[in-house]
Amino acid sequence: MTREEVENETDDMLIDGTVEQQRQDDKAVPHEVNANYLKAYYGKLFPVTDIHKWLSYGNDGKHPACDESYFGRREFSFTLENDVYLRFRSYNSASELEKYIKDSLPFKIDIGAVYSVDPSKRFAYAQSGDNVFTPVERELVFDIDISDYDDVRYCCSGAGVCLDCWPLMTIAIKVIDTALRDDFGFNHILWVYSGRRGVHCWVCDARARRLSNEQRGAIVDYFRVYKGSENSNKKVSLPGPALHPFLTTSYTHFLKPFFEEKLIHSQNLLSTEERYEKILEMIPDESVASELRGKWQDKKRSSNSKEDINIHRWEQLKNLLQSGKHKATGLRRCIEEIVFAYTYPRLDMEVSKHMNHLLKAPFCVHPKTGRVCVPIDPNRCEEFDPTTVPTLSGLLEELNSGASQMQIDSENKSDTISLGKSIKLFKSSFLHPLLKSCKVQVFLLQCCLFLQAFLYFCSIFPAFK
Amino acid sequence: MEIVRSQKKAPTTVDAVPITQLYKSAPALEVRLEDFEQFAIDRLRVLKGISDGLSRGKKHEEMQKLVTDLLRANMRHPDPSEVINKDIISHFVLRLVYCRTEDLRKWFLANETALFRCRFNGESAEVQRALMSELDIPHKALTKAEFENARDKLSQVARSINQPLPGSTTADTTFFKVPFEEVPDLVAGRRVYIHKGHAYVAMNQVVSLLVTKFRSHLSRALVLTNRSSVPLTVVSLPRKWTSAVKEQEKDRLSPIVEALCTSYLGPDYSQPRELAEMSIKDIDQVAKTSFPLCMRHLFEKLREDHHLKHGGRMQLGLFLKGVGLKLDDALAFWKAEFSQKVGVERFDKEYAYSIRHNYGKEGKRTDYTPYSCQKIISSTPGVGDHHGCPYRHFSEENLRAALYKMGVSSRAMEDIMDKVRNRHYQLACTLTFEAVHSSSCDAGINHPNQYYIDSQKALQSKVNCI
Ligand code: SF4
Ligand SMILES: [Zn+2]
Repeated sequence: MTREEVENETDDMLIDGTVEQQRQDDKAVPHEVNANYLKAYYGKLFPVTDIHKWLSYGNDGKHPACDESYFGRREFSFTLENDVYLRFRSYNSASELEKYIKDSLPFKIDIGAVYSVDPSKRFAYAQSGDNVFTPVERELVFDIDISDYDDVRYCCSGAGVCLDCWPLMTIAIKVIDTALRDDFGFNHILWVYSGRRGVHCWVCDARARRLSNEQRGAIVDYFRVYKGSENSNKKVSLPGPALHPFLTTSYTHFLKPFFEEKLIHSQNLLSTEERYEKILEMIPDESVASELRGKWQDKKRSSNSKEDINIHRWEQLKNLLQSGKHKATGLRRCIEEIVFAYTYPRLDMEVSKHMNHLLKAPFCVHPKTGRVCVPIDPNRCEEFDPTTVPTLSGLLEELNSGASQMQIDSENKSDTISLGKSIKLFKSSFLHPLLKSCKVQVFLLQCCLFLQAFLYFCSIFPAFK
Repeated sequence: MEIVRSQKKAPTTVDAVPITQLYKSAPALEVRLEDFEQFAIDRLRVLKGISDGLSRGKKHEEMQKLVTDLLRANMRHPDPSEVINKDIISHFVLRLVYCRTEDLRKWFLANETALFRCRFNGESAEVQRALMSELDIPHKALTKAEFENARDKLSQVARSINQPLPGSTTADTTFFKVPFEEVPDLVAGRRVYIHKGHAYVAMNQVVSLLVTKFRSHLSRALVLTNRSSVPLTVVSLPRKWTSAVKEQEKDRLSPIVEALCTSYLGPDYSQPRELAEMSIKDIDQVAKTSFPLCMRHLFEKLREDHHLKHGGRMQLGLFLKGVGLKLDDALAFWKAEFSQKVGVERFDKEYAYSIRHNYGKEGKRTDYTPYSCQKIISSTPGVGDHHGCPYRHFSEENLRAALYKMGVSSRAMEDIMDKVRNRHYQLACTLTFEAVHSSSCDAGINHPNQYYIDSQKALQSKVNCI
């Protein structure tokens, strides 16, 4: 498709009217991310071939069972430098996609659904009747954002994140990843750092890609423990005489140890009045709350002061709630509710519920931080440090110094620098296993086709049997 | 009317309430035109009753009773042998009527499915099993060994939802292992144990499986019916029927269908009607006087936080569209707020699109009508969300505070809270309307945009009086 057509077609989507400004006149932005940097990044480092391989799901071979139009029906969307936002672009091959990216140097690339027809030609189909243009496949995606945890972290707020609050993300990854694998039986799960303040998750099993919106909604609700909005009092409620096995597993394996061993003192959850009041508020029995308040307001603590004050008070709270006189009143569940309220993953539900939601592509560069959206290994997610991920400027420095030392062919260039580790992780722990299972599926499909042909043959020539 | 009991001991309908049907194909029946219409209206009453019940947030057991009552009241027939026919005919007539737009289809599907669920629950185990095999549900139960393996987890789930522990009687140990995709409602409520993609469905939960199948059958059928019925003529009726309807009466069918279709679903308020458009400079004033609480709250939050999450943006954005805020004004309005929080740049990039989308300028260009009360009431706002219906989703304390701010007197307040406690949210909203406008609202509140229009009318008439 030529540039001309692109412009015409997207005209009505633009806020600011102009589609492409002269990209060549390099008005160097003082920003870390600018077109020049991106040019080098997309030209030498961005793993577009691997992304194409991933999103083709085995439909890029020559076998008869391949769906050749598959990749071409995938929606891409781009945010360009001058804030132009383009939706419903599509490309038939890795090289087409690569060419477009290199030419337009997008600040952000989003990946959408696979549609019934080529999304860039949707208007042509729209004339021929209703509902022809609909999403037919989409990875099940999750978006977790640290800014949704602002009421339980005291170190940062908003877009800020540090090593004291990042573990909230780590624990979210563990809880969701475990449930996706053990409960729902998914295997091909990609976790990606969102570049600033959160993580994205892509569940790529064929079964996940074919879920209906309703089924996606069901999974989201399965994960939901926060009931009620900002305007109702109780944030977490865990009714019923027992917890569902999923919640029990999450609680005993991840949430409780994390809360008691880490969060409670890293965030000083019980050290000051303002903070412990928030926890006392969650105890439905006023008398218990005021008994604890009395103990804690008393400045001269009786116990040995070497013990961490948060842990000490937490033990007091637990003892009181679990003591004989309160056992029967259902207050025991309250401990779990507190832990859930402070640690349980907070998902952005809307993103997961609908097939046509967009999500930023892995290996994009976050335009504000300059950090690359690198994959996170869920098995070693506690080692992930958002403050040390490769940045655009850092990578380019490496690239320049590396290139001057030795002239390596551009293929391997990315391996030699810090991004190489991330790309390797992407390939070895996600892409290769995924493609292997796609091959098996394509093979099975082929067998089916063959068998059908064979049976048809037999039906024509009964004697052949 | 007296119920005439069946003479020939039909195994099905003792009290003339029809048994569960699957409606797999249109019946080969003679249909008199009068019946055609009457049956459809009767069924519509049932579905409307169900829809009201659902929007009031009724629980399973309450719905069960409601449906039984509705069927008793509307779906009987003086001739017991005709009861089943009435059921089938009315279903297919409404299918024709409600296949025509996405909104109609959704409404019909939701309520027919709820009806099916309740009926199935009321059937005997035998009938249930028969229905299962008719819907091709392979009822392969867990083997003894499989059951023993999963037993702990199964009883944990049972306890978590207040069900008797499996294993106490033999019937209880019957579990089915099905792909989790087939029982979305059980998954959503964490009412089943899920392991490696399989949901372990107890015998008494099997209805979910059937509902899923029923729903997907019906959904497909509706789309097909629609395809074949554009433009709407009698020819679109299932062929067997057309021949059954007498030649000279054919032409009368279309208007009936048309009329049925518009009753009950109400107007969709997607186009601002009756009143002139609204401009940005009036918006604060109008929000105070004429927005229902749900919108007023969103509006105030937006002014306060300069931000709303997706659910809130949709609910308020579409409402404003219905009220008559033009696209350009809408963009300016949202931009003015959001840019204070996220900057102009990010607004244009991330939010402007969806506003244009609401106005049908982007994407699919359809299906963006302002939300009805029913839809708002049944939404599930999460952390950080401000959408939903305050009467349903606020804590009592917050609701009182909000009503107080609207100027509701303490006497009216108690009446309103009373309705809320009984889960009559729309009635509570109606009372609020009456309290702040000191004028009556006989039709009741069904739609935030209707609230707005009625409010403007009430204010206008006051001005005219003076
Ligand atoms: S009843 Fe309807 S109009 Fe009134 S607050 Fe609730 S959703 Fe809004
Ligand atoms: Zn922090």
